[in-house]
Amino acid sequence: MSDTSLIDSKGQLLTNDGVPLKESLRKSLRRTKIRSFLLLLTPLLFLLIMFVGPIGSLLSRSIDDININTVLPQTFAQYELWEDKSILPSEEMFAAVINDIRITHKLENSEGKNIGKNLLGKAGTRMTYEYSGWRSLLLKTVKSATSVNTRSKEEIKPYKWEAPYKEQMIKRDKRWGKLEFWQSLGAMKDPYTMGYYLNAVDLRYDANKNVIQKADHLKIYKTIWMRTLKVSLMVTIFCLILAYPVSYLLATLPMRISNLLMICVLMPFWTSLLVRIVAWMIMLQQNGVVNDTMLTVLPCIYEGPINLPFFGETNIDLCFSEEDRIPMMYNFTGTIIVMTQVLLPFMILPIYSVMRGIPPSYMKAAKNLGATPTRAFIRVYMPQSVPGVGAGCILVFIVAIGYYITPELVGGKDGLMIGNFVAREMQQTLNWGLAAAMGAILLAAVLILYWAYDRLIGIDNLKMG
Amino acid sequence: MMKFPSYTTPREKLWFYTYRTFCGLVLFFLVAPLIVVIPLSFTNSVFLQFVPEMKIFSFETWSFNFDGYGIRWYKELLGICSENSGTTVCTDRWMVGIKNSALIAVFATFFASVLGTLAALGLSNRHMPFNRLIMALMISPMIVPLIITAAGMFFFFAKLNLVATIPGLIVAHTILGIPFVVITVTASLAGFDNNLLRAAATLGGSPLRNFFKIQAPLIAPGVISGSLFAFITSFDEVVIVLFVGGTKYTLPRQMWSGIRNEISPTILAAATILVIFSILLLTTLEMLRRRSEKIRGVTPH
Repeated sequence: MSDTSLIDSKGQLLTNDGVPLKESLRKSLRRTKIRSFLLLLTPLLFLLIMFVGPIGSLLSRSIDDININTVLPQTFAQYELWEDKSILPSEEMFAAVINDIRITHKLENSEGKNIGKNLLGKAGTRMTYEYSGWRSLLLKTVKSATSVNTRSKEEIKPYKWEAPYKEQMIKRDKRWGKLEFWQSLGAMKDPYTMGYYLNAVDLRYDANKNVIQKADHLKIYKTIWMRTLKVSLMVTIFCLILAYPVSYLLATLPMRISNLLMICVLMPFWTSLLVRIVAWMIMLQQNGVVNDTMLTVLPCIYEGPINLPFFGETNIDLCFSEEDRIPMMYNFTGTIIVMTQVLLPFMILPIYSVMRGIPPSYMKAAKNLGATPTRAFIRVYMPQSVPGVGAGCILVFIVAIGYYITPELVGGKDGLMIGNFVAREMQQTLNWGLAAAMGAILLAAVLILYWAYDRLIGIDNLKMG
Repeated sequence: MMKFPSYTTPREKLWFYTYRTFCGLVLFFLVAPLIVVIPLSFTNSVFLQFVPEMKIFSFETWSFNFDGYGIRWYKELLGICSENSGTTVCTDRWMVGIKNSALIAVFATFFASVLGTLAALGLSNRHMPFNRLIMALMISPMIVPLIITAAGMFFFFAKLNLVATIPGLIVAHTILGIPFVVITVTASLAGFDNNLLRAAATLGGSPLRNFFKIQAPLIAPGVISGSLFAFITSFDEVVIVLFVGGTKYTLPRQMWSGIRNEISPTILAAATILVIFSILLLTTLEMLRRRSEKIRGVTPH
């Protein structure tokens, strides 16, 4: 060491190789960064392509309105010129519709296959979302507008319909004379639309693209959103009420016993969700274990006529008999019970792990200083368990709000949540824009909570079992 | 009977017992449904309820009676149809489902373990820019509602012709499994002393050799428990299978359609096997946890 100077002329520390130490450290740090990046590259790319990408493209469907704009460009151009929207549009707009239909009808892809008919069908479906009846009206008009005069001797056979179109179209179908149809075009004239989002919260556009409330009989989603919120909140609260005492017990018992009891918590956590649902069906159905047990266990207090002071002789029934079996499955109650059981471990585990870390000496000290056990618990113990409670509540709420399987199987009609409606729009109604919009709202809610969770607790502290 | 100190008031005793009873009931609420499934899976009837024939002990004749029980539905589950099974048609679709599920779960677990471990190793570098964001991204498949993931994948897989294929389902389940591996491996890396790797490097080991000789054995319990989580997640998953599975049936999907359409006790036989399976996994995991604590010299508080 003594023969090589470790300090250069500028007073910087040098390594044995004569490189400034700072430089050398920076280099090695960069090397570890590059190595970490290379390690991360494959999983990150995989996730971006296979997970983030698909969700992104799903979400883009929620605002995408390009198809209809490629099908009816002239019509929308004419729509801009339509001034007084309380009277029927002029002949030009009718002609624009026919022109658009004829052009689209002949569209071919690069392989020479006709794609126009398919596009028109899609456009009709899209238009029906704005005003019902559009699809059948459009497809009917496509047929008339594109039929050609087969007897003509010209090379390109002329269409049967000739201008002016207004009269003919209204004669062919009265709906062309209805203002509502024309006005509903206003909501579709831009390549991007917020229409699906509005639809998802029971709003819609009027003719001038102002946001207005939907007609009352068409309002369905507000109830569903409220119910989703209600179910998630109720489940979170029930889970908290049930989990807090149990976690306290598990945290204060000796490790040996609490590990044994922990099996009761972890076993359902590890068991297939479907198994648990089947199990609850057996328990809660009309002829299920719970109702059967109540029938045998509950005593029959009194059944028969009784003389009441103000009501006279009345029949009262204080027996739990066959006809009193409580419907607990395929309804709201069922959803709540099953979801509470399914999500309870998500509440117990974080609260438990926080409570394990609270030194018992604090409570002893509080009592020693003269606090009653209740007061010591509320003032000393509970504030320290708050991080666990927060973590558990956010976790349960996040999982509950996006639930699909449980409500679908045990929810009946009045237990369905927004997840079920996303699935319904995806698989049955095929209104993918609406499904995407509902999914996007749901996702936004979940991500905000996720962010809050990360901020409060840190995701890397997520514990499982 | 609990021994109380002499100064305990009756009210405190009452409170203590009420509290213990409440906790007992909650724990019962958690496990009761699982316990009910097991005896009912051995029923001989076609109903998913306890029928009178299933009463084991009769007080009238003072004798045991097991006539209501049998392994009829287990046979149906395995596709063995020696006797007339009544209304339900005997098929091997349950076995097909089990085979598909196992195949998908094994591959998905393998890929999730490799990718998750790589990610956790990369993320363990605190100097890595956007560390927290990437971590959040890696864990997000666990947080994003499954229905949204499933809907997104449906469109994407349709473009790639991956709908209704086993590889498609493997890819989807790999993504669901990654967060679990990332979390458990990150946790086991938190207890890892980097000086061990430095020491190995000064002794002349190549980075790869050092990883496999030094780091890998120490984080192995984390990798294994993460992969168990990934396995059970894949084995249990139904939403994505419903959306992108097409005609491919897995065990959960078979159970799903069993619950929705023709509810028969075969589901209970499958459920019992799954319960036993999860008990086995849980035991394995607990043993792993103890082992990793022993290796690292950490004792439970």
